[in-house]
Amino acid sequence: MASAHAAISGPLILGDKSPGQVTDDICSVLERGPAPSWWVAITVSSSMLLLGLITVGYQVLTGIGTWGLNNTVGWAFDITNFVFWIGIGHAGTLISAVLFLFRQKWRTSVNRAAEAMTIIAVMCAGIFPLIHMGRPWLAHWMAPYPNTRGPLWINFRSPLVWDFFAISTYFTISAMFWYLGMIPDLATLRDRLTGGWRKKAASFLSLGWNGSFRTWFHYETVYLLLAGLATPLVLSVHTIVSWDFATSVIPGWHTTILPPYFVAGAIFSGMSMVLTLMLIARKTMGLEDYLTKQHVGAMCKLLIATGGMVAMAYLTEFVAAMYSNNEYEQFAFINRAKGPLCWSYWIMVSCNVLTPQILWFKWARSNMAVVFVVSILINIGMWFERFVIIVTSLHRDYLPSSWTGYVPTSIEIATLVGSFGLFLTLFLLFCRFIPVIAIAEVKGVLSHGRKSHE
Amino acid sequence: MSNANQRFLMGVFEREEDVLAATNEARLRGLEIADVYTPYAIHGLDAAMGLRPSRLPWVCFALGLAGASFKVWFEFWTSASDWAINVGGKPWNSLPAFVPVTFEVMVLFAAVSTVAAFLVGRGLLPGKRPKLASPGVTDNQFALVIEETNAAFDIDEVSEMLREFGVTHIEERVD
Repeated sequence: MASAHAAISGPLILGDKSPGQVTDDICSVLERGPAPSWWVAITVSSSMLLLGLITVGYQVLTGIGTWGLNNTVGWAFDITNFVFWIGIGHAGTLISAVLFLFRQKWRTSVNRAAEAMTIIAVMCAGIFPLIHMGRPWLAHWMAPYPNTRGPLWINFRSPLVWDFFAISTYFTISAMFWYLGMIPDLATLRDRLTGGWRKKAASFLSLGWNGSFRTWFHYETVYLLLAGLATPLVLSVHTIVSWDFATSVIPGWHTTILPPYFVAGAIFSGMSMVLTLMLIARKTMGLEDYLTKQHVGAMCKLLIATGGMVAMAYLTEFVAAMYSNNEYEQFAFINRAKGPLCWSYWIMVSCNVLTPQILWFKWARSNMAVVFVVSILINIGMWFERFVIIVTSLHRDYLPSSWTGYVPTSIEIATLVGSFGLFLTLFLLFCRFIPVIAIAEVKGVLSHGRKSHE
Repeated sequence: MSNANQRFLMGVFEREEDVLAATNEARLRGLEIADVYTPYAIHGLDAAMGLRPSRLPWVCFALGLAGASFKVWFEFWTSASDWAINVGGKPWNSLPAFVPVTFEVMVLFAAVSTVAAFLVGRGLLPGKRPKLASPGVTDNQFALVIEETNAAFDIDEVSEMLREFGVTHIEERVD
């Protein structure tokens, strides 16, 4: 039943497919040998990952003095990357939980890949605070466990501790949500494969799933409950990330708008990354019938909406700073737009505010090349948003004598490249070994076998 | 399929609306529907089978509440009682500052326990061998399994009913 406010009006899946065809289409991608382009991609991405591993090893052995930080700019590239990746990691849960609660059936084609992207992005994000600790082998000190140091407990009043809880909970719930959604598809794969290690793995992981509707019925209840829990969770995670900044007394950070600003930005950046990956996947894996132009169009509309929220947040914080009559606050914002790092501010504004406006036009939404370029520009713009918030707020301190600049070192840049290597390598492996589209969910939105649709 | 030596009649369908209508009819005739095996969750099949709402929301609520209560107590105990540390002159018992972690732990407890209760309750365990009603039920087939409750069960009559709804294969099974 098409609801009146659905983002897609035509058929969700093209080609009037039957459930059997859906199984064949999606599983055959996995059963074919990888294409040469996949080998090229994984060679590049794993080289990037290797570079990252070497530089991370070097940083851990030498210490984070290898970075370009100084007394004034104490947070820069590393935390920018952390917030960037965490933001990317918000789209998966938005698509799987929030759009599920809003009954947006078009999500079924996108949710599996978006959730995979979320989990991988949260892994990438987690690396940065771990390195920043300087002694990552003591990372378990973040957990409140009875220890021989007193027991000395962690400080539950610190936003950094809240962040540890928020991100580890978010990772656990996202991974569980993803796996739960995958059980029926793993069973499909198990019953389809004739032998080999893939069948063994699918048999083990599909938990004896046999399609019983009594199980399906409880499964749907669990799915709804998880969606209901994950929706406030996704909002809380980036809210807490923003508190890492907002609770400190730094002009440009110490503002109440930061939580909604960060959440909107996170969803915006995550959506653009989903779109980037989705456009590549539909082209290279021949999934144009499942990831249709209508799906891309619906995602573009979400980009316009969340991009509008982000633009509103930029404007609001600027006006609030000007109106505050606090000279430090006013200086921080004028410095963003006109100071030595103003180029990063204007990259942010042009990529995040101006670029998505082209998506108001239908010709732009249905031209995949245009959408792809827009999604890449938004990814870049959202990285710079975090750079602007972190570095430009810090580099002009209260005392002009401590004003400095900031230049990233090659080690920091190599670490960012390495995190992209990890992200792409894991995503490419996901595309090879796991059904990239939720088979059982897509079957539920077909028009095949339903009189009202035929 | 729990009782030993119980006889079942299985009808395999190719279309969603056929199995939905056949299940509904079977329930209206007072037949005992053992289960329906489907490749995806069919909307309205729970009503057709006459299933009662799942009790899993209670697990979710109870364990979420338990997790949140435990965490509030734990944060109070560690920060104000066991080893109190003065951080920037904030009160020992900083209840508002305990809210974020309490929320996260509530979500964690509620979600993990709901999923665990579901998997254990439905016997879904790693490496378990599946009992498939028909080989295609994870692909494109729908299998309606009716329990032959007593000697009065008329196989011919029920088979005729299934045929009316376009059944493609009928099989009798002893379990």
